Amino acid sequence: MRHHGSRIVSSLVGAVLALTIGWPAFAVAQDKPRSGGELVFVVPSEPPSYDAHREETFGVIHPMAPHYSTLLKVDPFDKTGTKPVGDLAESWTVSKDGMTYTFKLRQGVKFHDGAAMTSKDVKASYDKIIFPAAGVVSLRQTAYRAVEAVEAPDPQTVRFKLKWPEGSFLLNLASPWNWIYKADILAKDMHWYEKNVMGTGPFKFVEHVKGSHWVGKKNADYWDKGKPYLDGYRAIFISSSSAQVAAVRGERAHIQFRGFTPADRDSLVQALGNKITVQESPWDCILMVAMNHQKKPFDDKRVRRAMTLALDRYDASKNLSKIAIVKEVAGIQVPGTPFATPPDELVKLAGYSRDINASRAEARKLLKEAGAEGISFTFKNRGIPQPYEPIGIWLIDQWRQVGLTVKQEIIEASAYHPMLKRGDFETAMDFQCGFIVEPDLDLPRFLSDSSANYGKSGDKVLDDLYNRQARATDSEERKKILRVFERRLLDEEVHSMMTLQWNRIIPHNAKVKGWTITPSHYLNNQLDTVWLAE
Amino acid sequence: MAITSPIDPTVTGVEPAEPTTQARWWAATRAFALRRPLGAIGAIVIVIMLAVASVAPLIAPYDPVVVDFGAMLTAPGAKHWLGTDAFGRDVLARLIYGSRTALIVGFGSAFIGATLGAILGVGSAYFGGRIDLYLQRVMDIFISFPLIILALAMVAILGNNLPNLITAITIPMIPRCALVIRSSALAIRELPYVDAARAAGFRHRRIILRHMLPNVMAPYLIMLTAFLGQAILLEASLSFLGLGVQEPTAAWGLMLRGAAVEFAETAPWMAIFPGLAISLGVFAFNLFGDSLRDALDPKLRTL
Amino acid sequence: MAKYIVKRFLLMFPTLFGVAALIFILIRVVPGDVVELRMSGESGMSDPQVVAQERARFGLDKPLWHQFAVWVWGAARFDFGTSMWTGAPIWEEIKLRFALSLQVAIMATIVAVLLAIPLGVLSALKQDTWVDYAVRMFSIAGQATPSFWLGIVLILVLLITFKWLPPMVYTPFWVNPWQNLAQLIWPAVAVGYRYSAVATRMTRSAMLEVLREDYIRTARAKGLVEKLILSRHALKNAMLPVLTVVGLEFAFLLGGLVVTEQVFNLNGLGLLFVQAVAHRDYTLTQALVMIVAGAFIVVNFLMDVTFAWLDPRIRYR
Repeated sequence: MRHHGSRIVSSLVGAVLALTIGWPAFAVAQDKPRSGGELVFVVPSEPPSYDAHREETFGVIHPMAPHYSTLLKVDPFDKTGTKPVGDLAESWTVSKDGMTYTFKLRQGVKFHDGAAMTSKDVKASYDKIIFPAAGVVSLRQTAYRAVEAVEAPDPQTVRFKLKWPEGSFLLNLASPWNWIYKADILAKDMHWYEKNVMGTGPFKFVEHVKGSHWVGKKNADYWDKGKPYLDGYRAIFISSSSAQVAAVRGERAHIQFRGFTPADRDSLVQALGNKITVQESPWDCILMVAMNHQKKPFDDKRVRRAMTLALDRYDASKNLSKIAIVKEVAGIQVPGTPFATPPDELVKLAGYSRDINASRAEARKLLKEAGAEGISFTFKNRGIPQPYEPIGIWLIDQWRQVGLTVKQEIIEASAYHPMLKRGDFETAMDFQCGFIVEPDLDLPRFLSDSSANYGKSGDKVLDDLYNRQARATDSEERKKILRVFERRLLDEEVHSMMTLQWNRIIPHNAKVKGWTITPSHYLNNQLDTVWLAE
Repeated sequence: MAITSPIDPTVTGVEPAEPTTQARWWAATRAFALRRPLGAIGAIVIVIMLAVASVAPLIAPYDPVVVDFGAMLTAPGAKHWLGTDAFGRDVLARLIYGSRTALIVGFGSAFIGATLGAILGVGSAYFGGRIDLYLQRVMDIFISFPLIILALAMVAILGNNLPNLITAITIPMIPRCALVIRSSALAIRELPYVDAARAAGFRHRRIILRHMLPNVMAPYLIMLTAFLGQAILLEASLSFLGLGVQEPTAAWGLMLRGAAVEFAETAPWMAIFPGLAISLGVFAFNLFGDSLRDALDPKLRTL
Repeated sequence: MAKYIVKRFLLMFPTLFGVAALIFILIRVVPGDVVELRMSGESGMSDPQVVAQERARFGLDKPLWHQFAVWVWGAARFDFGTSMWTGAPIWEEIKLRFALSLQVAIMATIVAVLLAIPLGVLSALKQDTWVDYAVRMFSIAGQATPSFWLGIVLILVLLITFKWLPPMVYTPFWVNPWQNLAQLIWPAVAVGYRYSAVATRMTRSAMLEVLREDYIRTARAKGLVEKLILSRHALKNAMLPVLTVVGLEFAFLLGGLVVTEQVFNLNGLGLLFVQAVAHRDYTLTQALVMIVAGAFIVVNFLMDVTFAWLDPRIRYR
């Protein structure tokens, strides 16, 4: 009897377990994408021109990425934003020596005017990016220094020949900026794409009213049958952040693809409850403190070390994340991505210890040794409310706690860069924003010959480490070298110091489905996987 | 009015007291206060502001600059009368210290602007001819130039600190004051006794100082008080745009920037109190200035 | 009279030229370069070769006097060139925003006049009574409140109390009048209230002065109805200085509503101004300054001429 009963009980328990564990899967299966509807989103700034090869602002990507396809793209469902998958490329092979990449293109892809897309279009687009003609601007040309040539041996194949092997090449090709243009148009006029749209993407161009909005409609002939789900989209240009929040709150817009502040998120959740879904992720942006190595006393690494030891990063992570768009304590890579140092190892670096009192005591000792006890200096900061200003206030307060008197000087945003280049500062806020999380893109600024090395730290050891990791094709080996790089940069020499990783917060209308947040606001904007629930 | 005093000095041996200058000032003030209660209210508020600003370190309950994350975003209550901001800094303390910034910027720019404007206006009116023509054109150019762009450019070029902020606010005020003073001065210049003075060969400086300046005192004071209110508003607007005073200094306009707007719903005290302070300050200056204008010259048609 | 008009007309040109020179120099003295800003975006890094190439394309490598001459020559023919940030013709960038700013300016003026004239007259008639005090406090409060704060409070009140938000996108009046007004009435009120303060004060003092005039006393002595006296004699003559003030403030409104536009998210000239300066878009900034200053100078000229026509004493200064 008991045998029988216990079997019933266990099967009941099993059934309940299966349901609770399997329910989400069941529910997702129920959540089948629904076709139809227009997605309305707000964009803080407008595209200066329509050619992504020459632009750098998300104001180009957000309204326009849906019109185009790229050869490779970053997996839109991968939260770390580091996995390349094929867009126009169906499959690819890499030669044994890592110097030849061959891509097989999809068949039956058409441009919006009906013409077929072939390898010559891919070759023409990449020639424009990597080997631009005179008078043509290609902003990311230097990222492809390793490419020797781009070939199109047959209409379905594209081949890249490299001068040296590069571990990050595939991810590099998945850049959201490398839109594939029509070869025939480029042959006639290289500047045509600056003012016109013609792509192979999931949405066709309808209209752009300057200062107002951008409209796109579904491409019925999109190669990925069944997609896109949306009938169309409308991007509204709103520069004031409070107006953007008001738009989402008043349900006049579904989503904003850059990021909102914690206060905005809280007020939206409070006002709309479960009509709002919040997605959060570490952001591929970070603020650093640049110290001018050519000005005393910042040429002394003891002073620099003291300055990083003074910062209680963990306490700030807890508190600043409530009021500013920062959160995680980070090293040289976005936490959670393949090459990021795990927290238990990060703790060993200067300024990352959990014992802040010990750190600050060491800081005071170092300052005294260096003869820099109780000094005052200026800290220049950019005039942007988030998160520059809160981080500035925090830094000044932290340095005050080791006896340093710091005066902040805000430089207007557009005048900031020239100031940094001139080296006209003692300490200043430095910033790094990438469109893909990749050490080859994030680290060149610390090299001694980089134009972005504002502190003018000429460290040959660091240069060497960088080159070694860039050529390493085995990711474990790369990780090892990167750890050494990080240690030297942030702990031994303290050429720069990281504050906190930015935090991307996207509270959006719960009806928006099929969109996953990634660390970069330049990724996952094609909108082909997005659909609107009832 | 030859009314003989009922107290004949020859009888009592005591001289009837002549009203002293001090007593005259006091009487004038009282008359002003009674006849123009609005102006009096304005004046009282201004005096309170000045008092608060001067003893700020004594009356502020906390240090306005120290960050205290433990107390962030607390509502007004016993510990923090007006609540705290996003960094845990006491709002009341920041308001009190902020009055210093407001008054320094307000008085600094208004005084310098009005005075320089007056000098240019009088000079332009007095010397006339080519000098007048050129000066007027230059004034016209600056007046037609959009104010906010001028301020933006000044701050971007000169850098973002207090003296530069005062400069940026002063510059648009100078031509406006100059124009007003000039028209008053012109009227005086036409007067016969000024002509006579020139004919008699008196030096320019003497005529200007002795005759013209005292007579433009009225419009000068009116412009000064008008500018005081405007300067405070302008500082608030520029700080709001990020072009004014820097963090972590306390300034009313700066307090309205960033976190105050974002948290306006959940922590409204951050935005309400600085806004009220600005309004009150400007209101007081404008009330006072308005009444002053009425008292001195109701016929003045200028802005 | 004709001589006066001609003289004042000619005097506009040196002023315009002075403004042109001032903005040309000012925007170039400010550190920051439009091309570099474009190229460096959010990461702050740019390729020097690319930057040099683009600068040449915009003629920024030519000597300053050459750039100035080219621009002034174009401006004289109302051809302001192309925006350095977007490459589109300036007029295209401006026209949408101009329509919006113009409409807000007009609506704000109407609000201001509707408030100012009755209040000013009332205040003058009841001088030094509590009515007078109330009106004066009301109008001074309007001048004292920071407009951006008022805007923030207004939007919050609308959102929290009425759960309603003004439309985001601008629709021209002839396309959809209701939506157009629903969006623009709020900034018009916020701005108009501030603006009415000066006009109220002017109306009040002008009325006071006119009421003291002999001809009013004569009219009263003659036994004319008070209302008739007011409307036919007093008000008409008091209007002149009021009109001057209204006209001058109107010219300011066109480009001066920077903070208000930010708060209400209006796609107007003020916002364009701030963006143009932030981008160091020389051509756009210069064009905008010329338009706004030009409007001001022209309005000034018209006011002067009107004044001179009505008050002969001024002509002979």
